[in-house]
Amino acid sequence: MGARAMWKAEISVGEHTVPIKLYSAVEDRTVHFRMLDAKTRTPVEQQMFDPSTEQPVVDGTSRKGVQMEEGVFVVLNPDEIQSLEPPESRTIGIERFVPSSAISEAWYDRPYWLGPDGDDAAYFALVRALAEEDMIGIAHWVMRKHRQHGALRVNGDHLMLVRMRHTEEVVPASALTAPTGREADMREVALAEQLVAALEGPFDPKELQSTYDDRVRELVEAKAAGKVVKLATPSKKKVTEGSLASALEASLKKVGGARG
Amino acid sequence: MAEASKSSSRKGKEAEAEEPAVRSFCSGVLTFGLVSVPVELYAASGKSRVSLRMLSSTGQPLRRRYVSSVDRTPLERDEIVRGWKTAAGDYVTVTQEELEALEPTRSREIDLRRFVKREEIDPLYGETAYFLLPDGEITKPYRLLAATMQKTGRAGIATFVMRGREYAIAIHAENGVLRAQTLRAPEEIRTADAVGLPAPVKPDKSLVTQLRGAIQKLAEDELDTDALTDESSAAVRKLAEKKRKDGLDVVEVPVSAAGSRDDEETLAPIVDIVAILKQRLGAAPASPAPEPVTKAPEPKGSVTRLRPAAKTAAAKEPAARPAKVTKKK
Repeated sequence: MGARAMWKAEISVGEHTVPIKLYSAVEDRTVHFRMLDAKTRTPVEQQMFDPSTEQPVVDGTSRKGVQMEEGVFVVLNPDEIQSLEPPESRTIGIERFVPSSAISEAWYDRPYWLGPDGDDAAYFALVRALAEEDMIGIAHWVMRKHRQHGALRVNGDHLMLVRMRHTEEVVPASALTAPTGREADMREVALAEQLVAALEGPFDPKELQSTYDDRVRELVEAKAAGKVVKLATPSKKKVTEGSLASALEASLKKVGGARG
Repeated sequence: MAEASKSSSRKGKEAEAEEPAVRSFCSGVLTFGLVSVPVELYAASGKSRVSLRMLSSTGQPLRRRYVSSVDRTPLERDEIVRGWKTAAGDYVTVTQEELEALEPTRSREIDLRRFVKREEIDPLYGETAYFLLPDGEITKPYRLLAATMQKTGRAGIATFVMRGREYAIAIHAENGVLRAQTLRAPEEIRTADAVGLPAPVKPDKSLVTQLRGAIQKLAEDELDTDALTDESSAAVRKLAEKKRKDGLDVVEVPVSAAGSRDDEETLAPIVDIVAILKQRLGAAPASPAPEPVTKAPEPKGSVTRLRPAAKTAAAKEPAARPAKVTKKK
């Protein structure tokens, strides 16, 4: 019962340490295909080839390198690569805490659940402390020879570690300035707010169901059973044009009508 | 054993390979009631990591190919079919055409059908962020929508068809700019229950107090982005640049031979994204974009000494996996 932990570590906050187990919070549910040799219908294998000789590479003879620019590589030797690897560690260090509003979702990459590893009291004390302070911890750790950064946060009753992208991978806020122009008038502002309010509802993940994967699954299962699947195509909605205020007003009427 | 990536992402990759590196991914029309707001999408994150590439003993970049498991002869793309393993252990094959027929109808519409409180969207769902920039001269509906969402603290929920897939997206407004984030499907999410996390126990009060004190001591108002830099890539880059300057182990290959690797990351380099966003939005001069691999002084003479690999770790092949990609689609 339950999932298998991917990793065990210790969260370190100030002088305190909390032992945890790390679990993936997402799982791939898409239909996976095997690549088959069309003639033999057997799964293919992968092999590295040297394009200059068109010959397969003999195991153990390949090197690794960095492309500096197109057509220029610098070869790194195994000892050099090894010297660049971060030292192994089982510590998730939290060196700073920020309010959740300080992190835009563009930073978030992959979520993990953290569960207690032997010391439930310490684990739930950290949950409580983070929740009461309403803060997110900025975490650093080394997993599988990679330096990682993440956000330690409370989710429900438990801790979650969301891996974050590196600074160099996220477009800095300074790259953006909002478009400018004549301000909307008060009527337009009021109508827009009313429309947002009229369309307001709870966040319901079940509504987010994408049907593509289901359709792929249906297809392969039907084919396996020797059947043929008929597919419905989604209908397209019409977009009406008009002046901003009148479009907002018409939208409100429509929404109101649908709800009333 | 070779396993194909998901049908859809694979397709996306093939299609993308022919496109230029920097582009608006696609354009769309945000519809908000009967108001339509034409927008262009740009990735909000991109590639910066240095990835190690596999080279031959003479430094030629290698190419990954599919080979027959029977006689190990290389197979061309048209000699490969997609198969799905049935419970009985045999394969049902699926054609490209069959998969294309399952794709949603191409539509540019991003229908904002619901607004929710920003904080209601669990970060578990968020996957990849894109900027939505106004497309065209008329920006008033865009500005009005962004201002309203910001003022009311609401995010919009919509669906959008991108690269043959339909995505659920959340739209956020920040500093007058709209940003979309693709959301994971609920069946991809594991709940705490599903993982088997234990029910809460009463925490030790004095420990909570101590931890709160520790948190307060380390509290900051803003995210320090300097603490989140990619040190590993920087270290690899620094070493490679030094070796290049010293003329050590530098290999030049004809550009055609270098080709593109099969598993090449399809994200645009972040520098290009930043440049184009600044151009599109006319940003004031701001902090410089992160530098790509700096061009070292051009080494004259094409190939320099390529030293034999050190013996120590020669057998330890997986020591340096190619840098992890940050985006799966």
